[in-house]
Amino acid sequence: MKRSHVSTLAMAAALSLSACVTINIYFPAAAAEKAADKIIDEVWQLQKKADPAATAPASKETK
Amino acid sequence: MRSAFALLLLAFSALAMAQGNLEINTPAISQVKSAMASRHAQLAPHYASGALGLAGDATVQVRDANAIPLAQRGAVQSAVAAENADRATLYREIAKANGNPAWEADIRATFAQRWIDKAQPGWWVQNAQGAWVKK
Repeated sequence: MKRSHVSTLAMAAALSLSACVTINIYFPAAAAEKAADKIIDEVWQLQKKADPAATAPASKETK
Repeated sequence: MRSAFALLLLAFSALAMAQGNLEINTPAISQVKSAMASRHAQLAPHYASGALGLAGDATVQVRDANAIPLAQRGAVQSAVAAENADRATLYREIAKANGNPAWEADIRATFAQRWIDKAQPGWWVQNAQGAWVKK
């Protein structure tokens, strides 16, 4: 019982791992869109700032 | 029962990976992002005036240099060049951070669409045919 449990787990892990590898070859369009939105919001300051540190890097920059 | 649960959990984690997030928290990406954010204050008025537009290739283009006061023209033009260099770095670094440098073109295309979608009303954007339209 215990042994079969472990082997099932191992098989499932191997399966899901190979699934990840396969999936990552293809361009994840939805994830890319989400990442783009997040970056654009930050660059254009479109959404409420969650981190007050966002103004800090500006002061360090050489203009 | 427990193994079925474990299987389910694994299936979900695989699914989460498939629909998960791209890695965008690297030092290179953060650096270029903050440079772009601080440059935006300089560029924003010129998007509004129509001097600059958001191009279909995910860059910023000078549409109408005459709309920029002469005294600022040179500075704005070099800011646009710097912005486009930063954008190219951004797209390349995102592809690299996710282990797929070949994704750069796809990432650029995704950004092109999102920059345009998120542009404010009154800003100029390039449509699929390459023509400039006012949002």
